[in-house]
Amino acid sequence: MKVKRFVTNTACHILLAILSFIWVLPIFYVVLTSFRKEGGSYKSYIWPRGYTLDNYINLFNGNSNVNFPRWFANTLVIAIFSTVISAFFVLCVSYVMSRLRFKMRKTFLNIALILGMFPGFMSMIAVYYILKGLGFLETGVLKQVALVLVYSGGAGLGFYMAKGFFDTIPKSIDEAAYIDGATKWDTFIHVTIPMSKPIITYTLLTSFMGPWVDYIFAKVIMGNDTPYYTIAIGLWTMLEKEYVEYYYTQFYAGCVVISIPIAILFLLTQKCYVEGVTGAVKG
Amino acid sequence: MGIFKKKKEPVYFRGSDASVAQAFGHGDKITRLSFLIFGLGNIINKQIARGVIFLAMEIAYFVYLFDFGIGAIGNFITLGTVEQGQVYNEALGIYEYSTGDNSMLCLLYGVITILLTFAIIFVGCMSGKSAYATQFRKERGQHIPTFKDDLASLKEENIHSFFLALPITGIVVFTIVPLVFMILIAFTSYDHEHQPPGNLFEWVGLQNFSAMFSQGSKLAATFWPVLSWTLIWAVLATSTCYILGLLLALLINRKGTRCKGFWRFMFVLSVAVPQFVTLLSMRTIFNANGPVNVLLRDFGIIGATESIPFFTNPLYAKITIICINIWIGVPFTMLSTTGILQNIPAELYEAAKIDGASAPTIFRKITLPYMVFIMTPNLITSFTGNINNFNVIFLLSGGGPDSLDYYYAGKTDLLVTWLYRLTITQKDYNLGAVIGILVFIILAVVSLATYRHTGSYKDEGAFQ
Repeated sequence: MKVKRFVTNTACHILLAILSFIWVLPIFYVVLTSFRKEGGSYKSYIWPRGYTLDNYINLFNGNSNVNFPRWFANTLVIAIFSTVISAFFVLCVSYVMSRLRFKMRKTFLNIALILGMFPGFMSMIAVYYILKGLGFLETGVLKQVALVLVYSGGAGLGFYMAKGFFDTIPKSIDEAAYIDGATKWDTFIHVTIPMSKPIITYTLLTSFMGPWVDYIFAKVIMGNDTPYYTIAIGLWTMLEKEYVEYYYTQFYAGCVVISIPIAILFLLTQKCYVEGVTGAVKG
Repeated sequence: MGIFKKKKEPVYFRGSDASVAQAFGHGDKITRLSFLIFGLGNIINKQIARGVIFLAMEIAYFVYLFDFGIGAIGNFITLGTVEQGQVYNEALGIYEYSTGDNSMLCLLYGVITILLTFAIIFVGCMSGKSAYATQFRKERGQHIPTFKDDLASLKEENIHSFFLALPITGIVVFTIVPLVFMILIAFTSYDHEHQPPGNLFEWVGLQNFSAMFSQGSKLAATFWPVLSWTLIWAVLATSTCYILGLLLALLINRKGTRCKGFWRFMFVLSVAVPQFVTLLSMRTIFNANGPVNVLLRDFGIIGATESIPFFTNPLYAKITIICINIWIGVPFTMLSTTGILQNIPAELYEAAKIDGASAPTIFRKITLPYMVFIMTPNLITSFTGNINNFNVIFLLSGGGPDSLDYYYAGKTDLLVTWLYRLTITQKDYNLGAVIGILVFIILAVVSLATYRHTGSYKDEGAFQ
């Protein structure tokens, strides 16, 4: 019995080791290439012949075509604004859908479900023309405002996760507050919000990461306005045929640079994610 | 709920409690007139601010309608009649473009005008009901709410309108209007040969749909293979990620495993890296000259100049994409299932043990139902998400390898990436819209059939 258990345990650990090797390998390759000294794109060998920090240094000395620091700042600003707006929208809608009962509620839930089934960028062309009609695509800065609106405008539909969280807060807590004479608004501000830190953090985080990883909307709205690009389309540009020979290693450096802060944010808020998925008050 | 029953007499009779028919049937002349002249009933009964707001909305709508709206509706029906032409300007000696109608804008303004009309009809009903509510209270000698009371009610019984106003505006402008617009495009001839402002396009009814399904056409020859690959992809991607992820979570969470945190961290690392970074680097890693092929050459598995066509051979490309998707998706499932596995209430297990249940029974009767209850909506969303999984396909293979048998599609194109090509590259907006509607129908059938039967939809309050 003991031998058998030892064998299974060892087998499991070996399996885990192999699997995690597979999972870490590509990340390791990205980091490795970002320090590669030789320029050019694909090489006929794996291990770089020399190592250097120049890829990172050059990355931050942006030029007019590939201006990494500027793209970084653009994305940061867009991310902050759209985070605030969309987190506000998501919390409002999910709270209402979870805690309040009113006439149109089921209708709204069903409409939200149906809207979620259309491919997201099917409406993209129309959004593009609406923004154009409103004059948002005239200058680069306005395009950035437009991008914020696009990221946060329809955010109210992404309420499922937060609603699931609010659903787990016992109703009796709200009722206790009503008995003490609180209005629904008071209850929301003073009772529900303080109990919902995990889900608020989660909502903020996911909306913050959106602009960093979205490619398609940013590309359609920005077009060829390179200085106003966000990180994602910027990095994509570096892999295009006319740039790839020169920027291949810098592309990897750029990947590392933006992955680190996002990875840290992600790991720090893992707890919030797990708590957010599984509810507020544990029995 | 007990506390609400104490209030026997309703403090306010709210307009929204009566139906339109009730309000019209039981209302007096002024109430009935309020359906036409918005806010009349309110203004007469000294609810000036509320009445004026209703009235202002009506006036604004009619100003819009006569100034612009009627023309917009006319253009919406014809989609424009004046084609952009060239006029010879004798003074300058050049051809100049004369402005024609822009069918695209005609359609867009038409949609907006129709939506505004619906909105104003809704406001009219509200006005009538509000007038009826005031009449109702006046007849019973109840307090008629002042504007201040109305504002205060936004914090209490009308808090949902207060909370939903802005988000719903956002949803209407950025989701519903564009969607209606694109759905209508599916019934027009807005393709690469009819591009506004140079050309007009027109209503063609179901022609685009019949073209998509007609036997022997190139479109149909593209649609069916792309559809079947989309479904195969969605089933494979969802099931592999879910099963392998659950197994991985169980493997890490078993009693004998040491350093659970470390193993979890190794896998979480790949989730933490932004997805487009992993996708773009995977694309270079599996490139014809990328490191995987270099390794295979070094080991002598393939010849020094050969390379495995990971993205250029249709079958290899499909397998590669599914494998890379496993790499991306498994840690996600591992993460979410770990949390749920750990959160199964311990009392359930204790109770089962006291009753003498064996380990397999506990798994079958407690762990599995619990996981299914929590994860079914999750599985459905990930299935529908995979049908719409634009990023993975677009950033990895771009839909390629392209096929000459297809209408501007590649062998790994999903319906959504094909939609992208048809609209952005090919400018066949009508065909793109048809694909979008078909994708919607598939998703609607799949998810309504399953989602409505899940426990968490029927019984939202199970854990409340």
